[in-house]
Amino acid sequence: MTPTAEPWVDAARAAALLAIDPAGLGGATLRAPPGPVREAWLALLRGLLPPATPWRRLPLGIADSRLLGGLDLAATLQSGRLVAERGLLAEADGGLLLLAMAERLAPGTAARLVAALDTGEVAAERDGLTLRAPARLALIALDEGIGPDESPPASLLDRLALRLDLAPIPPSATTALAPTAGQIIAARALLPRIAAGPDVLEALCATAAALGIDSLRPPLLALRLARAAAALAGREAVAEEDAALAARLVLGPRATQAPAAPEQEAPPPPPETAEDQPPQPSPEQMGEILLAAAEAAIPAGLLDGLRLAPARTRTPGTSGTRRASPLRGRPIGSRPGELRGGARLALVDTLRAAAPWQRLRGGGSPRLRIAREDIRIRRFQQRSETATLFLVDASGSAALHRLAEAKGAVELLLAECYIRRDRVALLAFRGTGAELLLPPTHSLVRARRSLAALPGGGGTPIASALDQALALADAIQRRGQTPLLVLLTDGRANIARDGRPGRERAMAEALEAARALRAARIAALLVDTSPRPQEAGRSLAAALGGRYIPLPYADAAAISRAVRQG
Amino acid sequence: MTGRRAFPFSAIVGQEEMKLAILIAAIDPGIGGVLVFGDRGTGKSTAIRALAALLPEIPVIEGCPYRCDPADEAALCAECRTRRPLRTAMAPVPVVDLPLGATEDRVLGALDIQRALAEGVKSFEPGLLARAHRGFLYIDEVNLLEDHLVDLLLDVAASGENVVEREGLSIRHPARFVLVGSGNPEEGELRPQLLDRFGLSVEVTTPRDLPSRIEVIRRRDAFERDPSGFTAHWSGAEAELRRRILAARTRLPDIALPDAALERAARLCLALGTDGLRGELTLIRAARALAAFEGEAEVDDAALRRVAPPALRHRLRRNPLDEAVSTTRVERAIAEVFVP
Repeated sequence: MTPTAEPWVDAARAAALLAIDPAGLGGATLRAPPGPVREAWLALLRGLLPPATPWRRLPLGIADSRLLGGLDLAATLQSGRLVAERGLLAEADGGLLLLAMAERLAPGTAARLVAALDTGEVAAERDGLTLRAPARLALIALDEGIGPDESPPASLLDRLALRLDLAPIPPSATTALAPTAGQIIAARALLPRIAAGPDVLEALCATAAALGIDSLRPPLLALRLARAAAALAGREAVAEEDAALAARLVLGPRATQAPAAPEQEAPPPPPETAEDQPPQPSPEQMGEILLAAAEAAIPAGLLDGLRLAPARTRTPGTSGTRRASPLRGRPIGSRPGELRGGARLALVDTLRAAAPWQRLRGGGSPRLRIAREDIRIRRFQQRSETATLFLVDASGSAALHRLAEAKGAVELLLAECYIRRDRVALLAFRGTGAELLLPPTHSLVRARRSLAALPGGGGTPIASALDQALALADAIQRRGQTPLLVLLTDGRANIARDGRPGRERAMAEALEAARALRAARIAALLVDTSPRPQEAGRSLAAALGGRYIPLPYADAAAISRAVRQG
Repeated sequence: MTGRRAFPFSAIVGQEEMKLAILIAAIDPGIGGVLVFGDRGTGKSTAIRALAALLPEIPVIEGCPYRCDPADEAALCAECRTRRPLRTAMAPVPVVDLPLGATEDRVLGALDIQRALAEGVKSFEPGLLARAHRGFLYIDEVNLLEDHLVDLLLDVAASGENVVEREGLSIRHPARFVLVGSGNPEEGELRPQLLDRFGLSVEVTTPRDLPSRIEVIRRRDAFERDPSGFTAHWSGAEAELRRRILAARTRLPDIALPDAALERAARLCLALGTDGLRGELTLIRAARALAAFEGEAEVDDAALRRVAPPALRHRLRRNPLDEAVSTTRVERAIAEVFVP
């Protein structure tokens, strides 16, 4: 086994490797709160880079004209010819670009950064200009996220070789030795000549596969990192320890599964050029060494988390999906358009758009001439409203157990919804079908009243209840709102869709209805109200693709907390 | 395209369906575009960018900003209709990138800002759509494109003509291009209207088996270390592929379409309940292109089977009661219809 390295030693080494091949490695994600440790790491990296290497900071809500480049209006008007302004990506060419609060990066901005990383250049078609500039750079994503849900966009993470968690490092530990800038320059010169045998490549691929890393970029990035490590050590070829370091720094933090037992692994193909390097270990042996190295770097607790919560693209959230709106929300720039339907004029942008054409339009007249096609309207982004659908099991079995407590939980959730200005709807099911007690409303009082009046007793027709919930969720979606289904039940269906009793068929139909909800991509959450957590509830939650929260040991406040975390 | 050397198309490991769809679009540009959706790091962009290097040059009218086709009298732009004499030149097939953040004026074309400023003259400066005429318009992360740009693109792609009205200028020019989009479904879904516009849709996944994963990394690494050597090594395969594309284009009009194949295609679409006739037409057209590429004389069952998933999978109505993904549904229908 590789000894567990001191986190700061690893972090310092990562900084050195990044300084050797910034564009090749793509960059690093630094998960750390702002503070002395993060600053120390950044200072270390900056000190290792050759002087005059660009070092730029990217503000969170950057406009396209600043990021990609655009028309320099002042200079253009003054000189009477087109003057382009370079964007931040072009300015950072050959250097580093720091992304503050990367966990809040908008997908659009991330996509532009990704395009620059992939092509090594920045292309823009804006403001009457076609711009193309080299942008070979590395990104440092400063991830200040706290929970596991908060992280920079996956497309970006996939392309940054290094993932460092600086949070556990105490500020006093940041004094370890690091290579000097002179060593970095020597290593940079050496880098193009470093050879990597086929065994290294195969072992890195095998390790990535064993750790459940689907994307093919990580092994490629690991290979580049291994080369940089060899260059730093002054070697001409990648040695086993370089590969082990690459596995630890690049592959370990991306593991999505614990490595399978060795006998399940497909044997790597026989090395074709093995006779060239007799002293090297075979790919199988090297694979095991790398795997051990990578395993040491798998973050603690990661695998537990994976077992509990399978990856989902949509989780029940507390905020609706984003959509663009011409009327209200957070401003996200302007676009050409007409002043209709209450759209708001973006005055400065309109003037900017009109400015270059003045000479053409009016000769020497001092009056500003604005044409219809200059009009720019503001655009805003708003979160679409969430409508929470409560689907409450009021059957005899549920009433017996916890109907009162479920009611209490719903009341607490209602208060939450009120704070978020969500709409709520209430569906109850018992006997042979479901009943819409309350169509989507903002009125908390009405919701509470209809809940209090909810009687219990009768069979458990889950399938028809879910069918009705799907119809309602669909209607909500069509109104541009985001539905969130909260199902409170013990999951023990015993009435089929046609109203006839029979547990087996009722369960099968319930699961089918649940899958329909999942296919319609409705976020869902199941609160199991049975006295002991049961398979029925769990499998129903799985079919819904939603979270499962057993009520037994939780009181109403605990459920409410669980939903909020969603 | 840029001066960067593209990864050779023939050197892409696996991803047979994606390569097939792109080749079909290269043989028959009328197929209506290709959509490539899938996992991260599967070489979506690589494949489409590789296309540029692969395609043979086309004859164009010299001096025409839209690169009109001298052989197609009816599709000439307004200028070429009066241009005399018409001289022909050869030009590479354009593969135009639509970068994210592109503004409307650059996509459609607008008044030449430079001449307006310097000379006070109104003149039209063609945009990306003009540059993509007779070629490919590539949109990476198509699902992140602004809605109003998507609407513009759909409009032009449907009519094959771009109309610009601005500052008293009224310009219309031909803009027939193959729309190629790629994206990652995790970053947002595509609007159904746009989805249906693409002739073929391909789902790509990372290869699961270790040997091909290793081969992908090996070739990628070799390419990065020595781009010119790597490209030279693959130039033979690229030339052969180019020859096959050219041959397929020539043969395309002569490929026979037996009634049996037509009936199979109709039954397949019926079994899947695809909306409208577009699915059927695309299916036939793609099968014909494939037959031409494979050197067959007529469209047979084998060709239909191969092109059915990319031609149909994005046209299925989402059936919430059927949890199977579209690919599985198409495969199921193929198994039902093509009983021996």
